Amino acid sequence: MSDWRDEVEALTLKGQIKMPYTWSVGETGSRFLVALRDEQKILANRCPLCGTVYVPPRKNCGTCFADIGTDDWLEVGPEGVVTAFTIIHQAHPLQPLATPFAYAIIQLDGADVGFVHILKDGWDRLKNGVRVRAKFGIERNGRILDIDGFEILT
Amino acid sequence: MARRVAIIGTGQTHHRSQRRDVNGREMIHEAVQRALADCELTMRDIDAVVIGNMDHFEAINSVDTWSVEGSGGVMKPIMKVTTGGTTGTSVAIAAYYHVASGMFDKVLAIGWEKNSESDTTGAIVTCSDPIWDRYSYSGAIPSLATEASAYMEKYGATQRDAARVALRERTHAQNNPYAHMHGRPLTLDEILDSPMLAYPIKLGDICPRTDGAAAVVFAAEDVAEKLAPRPAWIKATAVRHTYSWFGDVDQRTGLESLERAAREAYAAAGIKNPAEDFDVAELYLPYSYAGLKWIESLGFCGPGQGPQFIWDGHTDMGGKIPVNPSGGVMSTNCIGATALLRVAEAAIQVMGKGGARQVPDVKTALATGFGGCWWSDVVILGKEKPA
Amino acid sequence: MEKIAIVGAAQTKYESRKADQTFYDMVFDVTTAALEDAGLTLADIDNIITVSNDFLDGRTISSMAVGEAAGAHDKNISTVEGDGTFGAFYGAMRVLGGFRSTLVVAHSKGSEGNPQFISNAMFDPIYHRPLGLDTTSAAALQANAYLTRYGITEEQCAQVAVKNHGNARHNPLAHQPLEISVEEVLRSPKVADPLKLLDCSPVSDGAAALIIGNEEIARKAKTKPAWVKGVAHCAEEYFLGDRDLANPKALRDAAKRAYQMAGIRDPRREIDVAEVYDAFSYMEPLWLEGLGLCDPGQGGQLTESGLTAMNGALPVNPSGGVLSAHALLVAGLARLIEASLQIRGEAGAHQIPGVKTALAHGTHGPCGQSHCIWILGES
Repeated sequence: MSDWRDEVEALTLKGQIKMPYTWSVGETGSRFLVALRDEQKILANRCPLCGTVYVPPRKNCGTCFADIGTDDWLEVGPEGVVTAFTIIHQAHPLQPLATPFAYAIIQLDGADVGFVHILKDGWDRLKNGVRVRAKFGIERNGRILDIDGFEILT
Repeated sequence: MARRVAIIGTGQTHHRSQRRDVNGREMIHEAVQRALADCELTMRDIDAVVIGNMDHFEAINSVDTWSVEGSGGVMKPIMKVTTGGTTGTSVAIAAYYHVASGMFDKVLAIGWEKNSESDTTGAIVTCSDPIWDRYSYSGAIPSLATEASAYMEKYGATQRDAARVALRERTHAQNNPYAHMHGRPLTLDEILDSPMLAYPIKLGDICPRTDGAAAVVFAAEDVAEKLAPRPAWIKATAVRHTYSWFGDVDQRTGLESLERAAREAYAAAGIKNPAEDFDVAELYLPYSYAGLKWIESLGFCGPGQGPQFIWDGHTDMGGKIPVNPSGGVMSTNCIGATALLRVAEAAIQVMGKGGARQVPDVKTALATGFGGCWWSDVVILGKEKPA
Repeated sequence: MEKIAIVGAAQTKYESRKADQTFYDMVFDVTTAALEDAGLTLADIDNIITVSNDFLDGRTISSMAVGEAAGAHDKNISTVEGDGTFGAFYGAMRVLGGFRSTLVVAHSKGSEGNPQFISNAMFDPIYHRPLGLDTTSAAALQANAYLTRYGITEEQCAQVAVKNHGNARHNPLAHQPLEISVEEVLRSPKVADPLKLLDCSPVSDGAAALIIGNEEIARKAKTKPAWVKGVAHCAEEYFLGDRDLANPKALRDAAKRAYQMAGIRDPRREIDVAEVYDAFSYMEPLWLEGLGLCDPGQGGQLTESGLTAMNGALPVNPSGGVLSAHALLVAGLARLIEASLQIRGEAGAHQIPGVKTALAHGTHGPCGQSHCIWILGES
């Protein structure tokens, strides 16, 4: 006896969930993004308990679980050191630029945590420990990509 | 053998339509800090965290890992539990089992949503089966409206009866400083005159969308007795997520999932006559008609008697069984937190911390969750330690 | 802790596309097969945990699709979103907390969504998502940090891929059994330095279910129980820059607590086989370091030395691991099922002889932010 499942045409349906979102940055993050946009400065803040300097700044320290408060803000960078990197070869539509480009975790001068961002060129000189500097975009609108990317120094 | 478990602290944000001053992680932190302060603990004392919300309301994939900084989950065991509208009760029940199992002594349960960040209806319609239901019978309001009209047809209930439920919720919310609708009372006529959304549901019959978070601390017996002057003991939990397709729900009967979950939980907690045995109920009533019909499914009154029970004032403050002293879901609806708020508010009543919304001398309290595809969760709390 | 055990399990075959099966179909199949494996009926199952993710399924309340398929009608049920090992942990707590048994089932179909869009949504929408990060590019940053910290080579990572794809040839359910050389891995297309295509796990469709029971259920089941000796989970910081990506401290913490619970003092000697979450080749040695199965920085040499081979002193991923079949959420549950089969002595062609203690490991979140460790034993 034949099984109808061997014969049936298995259909698929196309669908897409496309939804607009409006994320609240929050006051702490807003101060950071506004400073990127208006002053081309990278701001950080310091946990009053453990002393960790966070960039981007945080409302509370995750480790101490304490409010960081409003006082202890400082400017970090714009230079720093690459602590990890990858050159991206495989493209997908969410990437902000064409491959190849690099992601790096950058220890900004004055900060205690790494800052993830983009490097656009200079692969031959890219290695861990190399110094880099933030380059700000000309059009800035309060987003993380107001920093256009980091450039390798030397 | 399951260990005895009690709630020893609760915290919630002041719920608003939009909290621009904080992102989701920061809003969670606010509720967690308040819950810890309520039981005089610090995050260091917490052994594990359970968190829940609904992914597509904020488009955060894996909220448990994304939020650790706010939830307190850094270097702690944390997991995400999520079941749609019932998420909050699912999170509470998960926290209960974390402790009842003997694996953890003090566990933090968190529910949250920032409904201002998306189109709530746009997200919720995708809960329906993409092949069978999504394009025909989807989202929250159409199937609720179907239930309401079927109930009206069967028992002769009216839009005015439903408005009386909405009036109760909104009136009670004026006693709850955390409620989204605190400070915004409505009259029966205003509810009846509000715009029609989908017959018979009007704007005044349905829950709002809210930004808010709730956190609840669950503790093992010895810890609870040491830390809390009056812990709220978990006496029973039961869950029925009975359906997968909206079309399978028979709207001519009571809410079957709630009837079944209540039957199991009542048996476990020794509840024989719910309207007498419970001193207060925090029910997940997403719209006014549920306040007529679902109290029948819970056995507060017989089938079709819901409207009379409501008009007699039995569910008002000072009534036989006050329902939703907090103002309920129709006064605050940060969806992933909504059902956890029912559990938290029931615990607040047992612990006697309700302030202006406190029902006197609460010994036994009922909390419910509703969501998914007509699913129901039931949690029973009490002042007396369970046997 | 009261005694609980894994008493039955089932997995689908892992494939790039299961065109003829819905989520519901897959879950129904593995649920039925797990009951059959255990020699139990649905009446023996007190409650259900499903594991799903709304992004993967393209559906809000993704658990709605599978409750009935998992036999949850008129039963208690809940849903964990995360790796299947976490769902199983909740299932275990429900048995310890009063139920006799929990059926845990996970499903995903990578073929039905876009993995980059879905994994990009795991990153912070304000600070990281606009950069286009996804789990692969984040893993590449971790690989870079780990390899440069200890001088581990890309060849050593390639050896892991060769070993695990080779092991998969003995596992009929694996998605990618391959006979490949280190050279082929190194020459495979670059994805994100230092990761090449063959350093990365495939995207698979599949489902898996297991049954956790108390002693009464373990007696009733026809299988040899795989007793749960220890289980623990832990998460570290979220932001990649806040973490030391080359030092998996949350894994160390979870492993320590799981060993403690299981009474394991010297894991290197006491663990007979390990199934770890090798989503990328570098992860196997990194996780083995975190699990304390070797010293920090020594992970790279383990494959070459033969220690982790099928016939080595500590076989790792005899099933072929995640590198050979990666249905998200399901993959950790598959590790746990494979560990239970090793204890039962029923792993077929990839059975390791004489397994008394087995370790299973799942991760969740970017670069293994959160880990869940299981120790199973035969008594």
